[in-house]
Order: sequence, then C-alpha cells, then structure tokens
Amino acid sequence: MTASTRPPVPPATPRPEPPSWTARLRDRIAHTVPPGQALPDRQPEYVASWVYVFGVATLAALAVVLVSGAALTVGGETWWHTSSPGRFVNSVHLWSVELFMAVMVIHLWGKFWMAAWRGGRTMTWVTGVLAFLGSIGTAFTGYLSQTNLDAQWISTQAKDGLNAVGIGAYVNVLDPGQMLLWHVVLLPLVLGVLVVVHVVLVRRHGVVPPIDVERPVR
Amino acid sequence: MSAPTSERTRTSTTPDAHGFPTRRYDLVKELVIALAVMVVLAGGLAVAFSSPDERPISLRDWAVSAPADVVATATSELAGTSPSATYGPPYNADGGGQTLGPLPLQRWGGVRIPVDSARDLVITPLSRVTGDPALTAALDRWSAATPEQRSAWANAYAAALGGAPGGDPARVPASGDYGPVPALAESFLTLARTGGLESVLGSPSFFGTDTTKSLLLLSDGSYLEDQARARSLGGDQWGMMNETGNYPGQPWMWLYTFWYQVEPFASSENADALVWGLMMLLTLALVLVPVVPGLRSVPRWIPVHRLIWRQWYRDQASRR
Repeated sequence: MTASTRPPVPPATPRPEPPSWTARLRDRIAHTVPPGQALPDRQPEYVASWVYVFGVATLAALAVVLVSGAALTVGGETWWHTSSPGRFVNSVHLWSVELFMAVMVIHLWGKFWMAAWRGGRTMTWVTGVLAFLGSIGTAFTGYLSQTNLDAQWISTQAKDGLNAVGIGAYVNVLDPGQMLLWHVVLLPLVLGVLVVVHVVLVRRHGVVPPIDVERPVR
Repeated sequence: MSAPTSERTRTSTTPDAHGFPTRRYDLVKELVIALAVMVVLAGGLAVAFSSPDERPISLRDWAVSAPADVVATATSELAGTSPSATYGPPYNADGGGQTLGPLPLQRWGGVRIPVDSARDLVITPLSRVTGDPALTAALDRWSAATPEQRSAWANAYAAALGGAPGGDPARVPASGDYGPVPALAESFLTLARTGGLESVLGSPSFFGTDTTKSLLLLSDGSYLEDQARARSLGGDQWGMMNETGNYPGQPWMWLYTFWYQVEPFASSENADALVWGLMMLLTLALVLVPVVPGLRSVPRWIPVHRLIWRQWYRDQASRR
C-alpha cells in the first residue's frame, strides 16, 4: 500500500492581535497632548498679557498651600495653638490660601472675558470652575478645622445651610474629625484630580486665540 | 481681522491655537518665579500679620461667664423648646425643617444624627454624676414622670426664669410647680463649672472626635452668639465670610453671604434652603457658561478682551 500524500496546508495568515489594554492606554496618553505641547518652550504670538500669569500663579500658590498644609499635619490637629513654629506654619497656610483664592479668581475672570471656552474648550472651562468650587469647599473645611472660636461659630451656622438642603445628614460640620479628614485627604484629592485634568486640557487644546480671529494670521 | 459673523460661525471657526506663529515663552521659568513670589508673599504676610487664633469657648467658660444662660438653656432642653429640640432632621423629627419651594429637602435627608435634646444633652450627662443624693432623687422623679408632666414642669420653670431679673435662678419665685427641674438645672450648671460636661457629652468612643452634641448645646444658648456678634460674625453681619480680629476670612463667599443680608431671604424662615437653591442655580450657570446662549456672548458684548489682547490686535492692524 502506498502512502497517500495530502497537499500541503498553506500556513494560516496570522490574524492581527487586538491591541491590549496597556497599548490602548499608552496610545491614549501619548495622543492626549500634541507632540511637544506638554511642556512647550514657545507660545502663540497672542499670548502676551499679564492675565496669563495668573494661571501659573494659581498653581504656584496651590503648591505653597499644599506644602504648608502638609507641614501642619506633622504636629496633629491642635499643636499650632501652643507652638510658635506651628503658629507660623499655620499663618503661612492661611495667607497662601488667601493668595491662592485671589489669583484664582483673577484667572477665572480673565478666562471669562477671553471667552476661553471657544474652540472645543468647554471641558477646560468646566474643570476650571469645578476646581474653583472644590477650592471653596476645601478652604471651608479648613476653617472648620481650626479648633478655635471661629471654627465653633462657623460650624454652628454652616450646619443650618447644609441641613436645609439635606446635605447635613451626611456632611456633619459639627464633627471636627470628619471635617479634618475631608480637608486634608478627600477634598484635596478631588481638587488635585480636577487641577491635573484642567492643566492637561489646557495643554491639549493650547491657549485660546483672540476673539474674532477665524484663522491663524501669518 | 475678519468682519463679525454669527455666533455659530464664530464658534465653529475658532482656529487651532497650534497654527499661529509662535514666540519664545519659558513656562518653567515663569512657574519658578511665581513660586518664589508666592513663598515670599505668604511668608511675609505670615510674619507681618500671623493668623487669628481666638481660644474656643469651653462649656466651663460658658458656665462661669453666663450661668443664667446655662440654666435657661438646660431648662429649654428639658422643656423641648430649645433650637436643637425643635430642629428637625438630621437630629430629630420634632420639626419639619426647611423647604425649597415644594421640596422638603431637609426632611428627605432623614434623621441620620439622632439627638434627643433633653436626654442626650442634659439627663444623660447628669446621670453620670455620682455621690449626689439630691441629684439622684431629682433624676428619679424626672424619669418616673409622664412626658406631659415633664413638659409642664420645665415650661413653668422656663417662664419663671424669663420673668426673673437677669434670668437669675435665685430670684425665681419658689411658689411654682417646677418639679425636679430647678434641681436638675442647678446640678447641670455645677457639672459645667467643673469642666466635666464636655467629656460626658462627647463621643462614647475612647478616641472620640465628634463634638456634635457639645456644639448643639452651646449654640442652643445665647452666649456663643453674643460672643460671635461682638466680633462681627453674626449672620446679618456678613459673618460667614468674616474672621475674628482684622483678618480677611473667606471673602470668596461674599455672594453666598450677601443673600442673607437682603429680602426676601433676610426674614424668611426658609432662608438657608432658598439661598442654597439660588447659589446652586448660579453655580450651574457658571459651569455651563459655554453652552448658555446669551451668557456665552457677554465677553463679545463687553470687549474686555480688547484690553487683554491689545498688543496682538494692534500688531494685526499695523500689518494690514
């Protein structure tokens, strides 16, 4: 008996592998900001006003807020009442918050008058406003965490506003333990995410062109 | 520069920022300089002005400085007429709470932080006191009475305190039917004077950090508000944005605080709910500025942008 010979089976064409989650995430990150725009050393010609300084000033003030706040946590909740260095750190924290809010409000108004949401920048505006609101909430819980007369009074007044709309059932401003944790962990985390997304969106879309300019002018 | 077009056209034709001629701009240098300026400013202001730190009011301070207020407050807790006893959610169901139009938002929040003012703020703390037979007898008599009898005693004593000069318990007519209430209120004052009231009002946990009951009790009296008003912290003094001393406080809350100063909010029983509702509406408008017709056009109508980009507009005009 002779062995029958079968025609050779052609090798199957290899099917392309679907991209992995890792590859998709990598591509997403790589294409979120145009090449060279994450940290550009050049800006469009129209970026020439003192108003632009306040965005960076807001980030700088936030850095001082975070560092001084972190320094305050080292000694616990009430140490700054009885320690001169603690009082100084608390003072730096207070004034950096005042500066942060001041430059952020100027930045916000500047962007409003520039109609900075144009050209697909709606989410840049939205994340900026949410960061502003988050900052107010974070600062407010800080005032509630002072463990002094002001904190006593503010908490007993603020409870009425929060209770009136049902929020006070979950956010108890009379509980300094809850407020302190919100102030040093939860809200800064939320604020941090919002700020990062906001800055990434700014770099993704670039600085909004002047109003009534319909095409780049060369 | 092109002639004005419709808003839709303008929006859709906002050019890509990356297509414009560029100029040198050192972001990192700008950030470092801004950081240095902020460090110097915050440090300088801290050295020059320090920060406010007025000692909190202890319940002992309250008892020593305003004993009549402590007795009146304890009596109102027992009578069920104090602000906390009639508050409603989230502390109890004894008040309906505020509404936002037809929406009972406060009631919807539920009683999630239950506080029985008479029991939790007065009777339970007093029951922790030992070695006082008169107090024990007063507590037993209170416990054995019906709710109606307790209310009648406490309300009668509250009325008598209200009629006494300065609210002084020593000048209350002895002829009234006050039951054990005067003895309970007096013992409460004594407990507060010892400084022991905070510890029995606090969280039952060894590591308790919750001062809800202490603050509710303190704010049920008038002493805390008197102290706050003396420092311009009252609700009708823009208090939510003020700070003790001459410090800036939270000026960014000016708009929220503003509504409490004007009608109809200033005299409304639903002021908190109304102000919150209004602020939520305004906040939503701010978030949605880019998509609200009219609102998004304000920067075009009031050309502040001409000032911001004046250099660029001037350069473009000269190139034409």
